[in-house]
Amino acid sequence: MHTLTVAEAICEGLREEMERDPRVFLMGEDVGTTGGIFATSRGLLEKLGPSRVIDTPISEAAIVGHAIGAAVAGMRPVVECGGFVDFLSLTMDQLVNQAAKLRYMFGGKGAVPIVVRAAQGSGVKLAAQHSQSLEAWFAHVPGLIVVCPSTPSDFKGLLIASIRNPNPVVFLEHKMLYFVKGDVPDGEGLERIGVAATRREGTDVTLVSYSLMAHRCQEAADLLAQRGVSCEVIDLRTIRPWDREAVLNSVRRTHRLVVVHEAVKTLGVGAEVAATVMEEAFDDLDAPVVRVGAHDIPIPFNETLERETTPTVERIVEAVQKLG
Amino acid sequence: MASAKGLDGLPAAKWVDLYTIMVRIRLFEDRLIPLQQKGAIKGTAHPSVGQEAVAAGVCGVLEPTDYMVSNHRGHGHCIAKGMRTAGMMAELFGRRTGSNKGKGGSMHIADLDQYIIGATGIVGSGAPIAGGAALAAKLQKTGQAVACFFGDGAINQGVVFEAMNMAAIWQLPVIFVCENNLYALSTPADKMTALRQLADRAQGFGIPGVHVSGNDLRAVVRETRAALGRARAGEGPTLIEAKTYRWYGHSAMRPDTRSYRTREEELEWREKDPIALTRCVLSEAGILTDTKSAEIERSIAAEIDAAVEFAEGSPQPTLDEMFTDVYAPF
Repeated sequence: MHTLTVAEAICEGLREEMERDPRVFLMGEDVGTTGGIFATSRGLLEKLGPSRVIDTPISEAAIVGHAIGAAVAGMRPVVECGGFVDFLSLTMDQLVNQAAKLRYMFGGKGAVPIVVRAAQGSGVKLAAQHSQSLEAWFAHVPGLIVVCPSTPSDFKGLLIASIRNPNPVVFLEHKMLYFVKGDVPDGEGLERIGVAATRREGTDVTLVSYSLMAHRCQEAADLLAQRGVSCEVIDLRTIRPWDREAVLNSVRRTHRLVVVHEAVKTLGVGAEVAATVMEEAFDDLDAPVVRVGAHDIPIPFNETLERETTPTVERIVEAVQKLG
Repeated sequence: MASAKGLDGLPAAKWVDLYTIMVRIRLFEDRLIPLQQKGAIKGTAHPSVGQEAVAAGVCGVLEPTDYMVSNHRGHGHCIAKGMRTAGMMAELFGRRTGSNKGKGGSMHIADLDQYIIGATGIVGSGAPIAGGAALAAKLQKTGQAVACFFGDGAINQGVVFEAMNMAAIWQLPVIFVCENNLYALSTPADKMTALRQLADRAQGFGIPGVHVSGNDLRAVVRETRAALGRARAGEGPTLIEAKTYRWYGHSAMRPDTRSYRTREEELEWREKDPIALTRCVLSEAGILTDTKSAEIERSIAAEIDAAVEFAEGSPQPTLDEMFTDVYAPF
């Protein structure tokens, strides 16, 4: 074991995969000389050279397009589009119409093994265009894989799994997590896409979340434990495909479910999880499923307003207590 | 017999091949509209009849392992790059024996085994994908080049600009082929750009831009070979604007052209039939006799008959096949 921040874990995963597999290369805005705006590729240009770590123009759609073309031609590109997930809005044609559908439209010939990394989430006072949580956009598209890790070891292990996956992966990194430290196993520490992690076992209620909110749910669970409520905390880690069995098995034991995410509540991942549980395990539920998500507003700049927009520990605790 | 002396440094047999490709495209596409109207071909199809010299002149001089990225008007490009007409016709019929198992249709017809990366139906979106394939070729030092087709409509798409710029700064082995057939569906190209020649766009990216008659096979071949030479020498991309004309409507679903084109203009361009022009040139060069060209036409007509028959006799995909090929296994 060694201790790394999330940013360091990403960087270590990238470096190890690039050293292992000559087909892997990193391409994006400011990934080379500065080592990435969140320092996730620090030192890689020096170590691996300019044909493996490629700085690009500010051309997000074409960055993803080039990744697709290179992937079909046998490479394993990892790309960044200016760092922020908000900028992926400029790449939606390439991601949704091209990467996600190429294999199907070609009748099973070809694959698009690309990883599109992006920082999402609020909390750093960057206002409405640099703070969104957009996983539901991508998760709605058959053909894409969407990964939202929460710990340094998962960031590394799932990044390696994403790079090795033969499909297009949207790899979402909450920017409040980059400096979170944790133990990372020595060796590659490969994790499996589509498998949730139970962060805490409990008997009264299941809290399902991912990314930064997986941490908030654990804080909420600590507080609730002091009040005699035993929470099971499930970190989905992957949004598409998501681990239905892990959630259903937990709900069959706790009989209560709260789904928490930072993205807006309306029409989000929480709705999908809630609906699935009601379709598959309605008789096991002792209370209606509750969702906790962001309010239906753009992320405001003001610090207090920003904090109150997305789920706080207090709101999670309150939601659990309301279940009765 | 035809002379074996060749033309413009290419052997006679190569020119006969290119001519045959043009005839194959013409006869394949001449079938589409009646078959679509009959209901045999589902959805839509965008015929490129009248533009055959561009597809044949570009793809015909690529190596088999060079990549090609096509667009919605892509049958000709795919035929010229080596796809079989039987599999293509079956695809247009939506059958499981189709080149894309009936899951792509006309707009996405492609075959990676022939180094064809799409057919995309989103105008201009193939340009960065072509650049990516070229980047892979450059990084892996394979010596492959990439031909990327798009139309005069796509020349105004931002992502095409982005791709040309990236190809220029990285000196990627791409040939951007702008088939200027004068209309983006109904919209005249000269009303949508202030340039007289679209090839002049290249100057803005610091890359060579050439304008050729897209109905002149020799000119297309000449400029493609020059661009390929630069690409393989590490000198980067070229924009070729090939001015041509689609004889038919925008698509099988929109066959009418009268609202935006005059009959006179259409007849004028029919006079410049690229196949007739090529036949003339090759016959004057002693490469193609009337007997040989008639023989080519007969044999291709039989091939297309067989393709239609194959498509008609092919099974529909089974319902469980709709769930396959979404993800590569992992």
